[in-house]
Amino acid sequence: MHHIYCPYCEEMREEEEYSYTGEAHIERPKDPAAISDEAWANYIFFRSNPRGIHHEMWYHAAGCRRYFNATRDTQSYKVHETYKMGEMPSITAQTLAVANLSEKGGAS
Amino acid sequence: MKKYSGFSLFKHSLSHHENWQAAWRSPQPKKEYDVIIVGGGGHGLATAYYLAKVHGITNVAVLEKGYLGGGNTARNTTIVRSNYLWDEASKLYDHSLDLWKDLSQDLNYNVMFSQRGVLNLGHNLQDMRDIERRVNANRLNGIDGVVLNTAEVKEIVPIINDSQDIRYPVLGASWQATGGVARHDAVAWGFARGADSMGVDLIQQCEVTDIVTEEGAVVGVQTTQGFIGSKKVACVTAGNSGVMAAMVGLRLPIESRPLQALVSEPIKPIINTVVMSNAVHAYVSQSDKGDLVIGAGADAYNGYGQRGSFNVVEHTMSAICELFPMFSRVRMNRAWGGIVDTCPDACPIISKTSIKGLYFNCGWGTGGFKATPGSGNVFAHTLAHDEAHPLAAPFSIDRFSTGHLIDEHGAAGVAH
Repeated sequence: MHHIYCPYCEEMREEEEYSYTGEAHIERPKDPAAISDEAWANYIFFRSNPRGIHHEMWYHAAGCRRYFNATRDTQSYKVHETYKMGEMPSITAQTLAVANLSEKGGAS
Repeated sequence: MKKYSGFSLFKHSLSHHENWQAAWRSPQPKKEYDVIIVGGGGHGLATAYYLAKVHGITNVAVLEKGYLGGGNTARNTTIVRSNYLWDEASKLYDHSLDLWKDLSQDLNYNVMFSQRGVLNLGHNLQDMRDIERRVNANRLNGIDGVVLNTAEVKEIVPIINDSQDIRYPVLGASWQATGGVARHDAVAWGFARGADSMGVDLIQQCEVTDIVTEEGAVVGVQTTQGFIGSKKVACVTAGNSGVMAAMVGLRLPIESRPLQALVSEPIKPIINTVVMSNAVHAYVSQSDKGDLVIGAGADAYNGYGQRGSFNVVEHTMSAICELFPMFSRVRMNRAWGGIVDTCPDACPIISKTSIKGLYFNCGWGTGGFKATPGSGNVFAHTLAHDEAHPLAAPFSIDRFSTGHLIDEHGAAGVAH
């Protein structure tokens, strides 16, 4: 069971209060009629589905009923951060890789 | 390969079963193969088997990062049926069901296929309308199916709770008598043994770390055992398909999620069929060993952790206990999760890709086990001829841009 921090309620709440609503930061094409079928399919159906760091949307269904974003590891299931809609993640696969490298360097 | 028979069983009993031939070799990888299959689960091994048997292509390697049949093949609830709604899907799954019928003889390996029938319960009027529609569609496609009412369901499964006062009463069901269960491990092992005997190299503990391409065409794979060359690479990696696709910069319309199952302690024979309910999200059968084999739902979020959430298991168990009050005191022995590759239309992708020589067979989601022989059979054709098998053609990845989706959420749902 996840405990997830809602950035709007500013509290840790249980997973069952939330609904998962898919990959975050997918931008709807500005002019759908102007793009190819492949580009539209890419927007609607195709996902990055990474094994590792994933930026995703959650909906606080049994709480404030607002959408927010989370950065979660799909392998360890660790929720690294949650942040409000419109904000960008402070933790990404790249920043974590850099942090891990410097940690290893420090240990040796 | 030495043939298994009643006589060989007797002969080996005289030497205390210590001299059986190994079921397959453990070869070193060659430098180059005609076809490399990534993923040594049921579907990958079946593909290798039919490539060798039907198409005579035996210079084939199956690369498996763990051990054969150790992924979803070992984690599913072993249900086999073909009562899908749409023509394309029902033909594909029924092709598979046809192969299941003779599979033990074909492989000379007992896959313990038992056609004990499958019930899909309906709990409200809309469920029953959907069931009638699906059964009628099935019958038009030559797939057996009957719509049952509550009393007829009770006759088949006397222990089911037929009270109309419960939250989700059993109003009826669809019944596919030719459906059933099979022994999941035996399917992988049987295909492995059959493929190996025809010269296919099964290479375990060999993880593919990169797919190597030159000028838009595949030339081989980088693995933990070095580079292996091949002009045809087929990915049959279920939940890890997205990871494989990312190696060549492709994206798939697939999200990977944990789907859970659990088994109880062994009990005496109590349920001799398969009972499934999409609406309350539970399905149960009893293995030959006596365990109740129970399938839970998939987690709503992406995950590769091969474990699921407790609330999902709790939800399923409450449904099972309402349908079968007598199971409330049965203890559960083990629970586990497998990573299923869910597709937006709940149908698989059996397809070429934009990269020459790279093929994908994935997206089987929550219900791939039943399709194991059929999937391998049609995918082998696709690999051998570089052109989709007629049954596989509608399952091309192009359908997501053409819009020809095959929406099987009703028949596939999460229940398998």
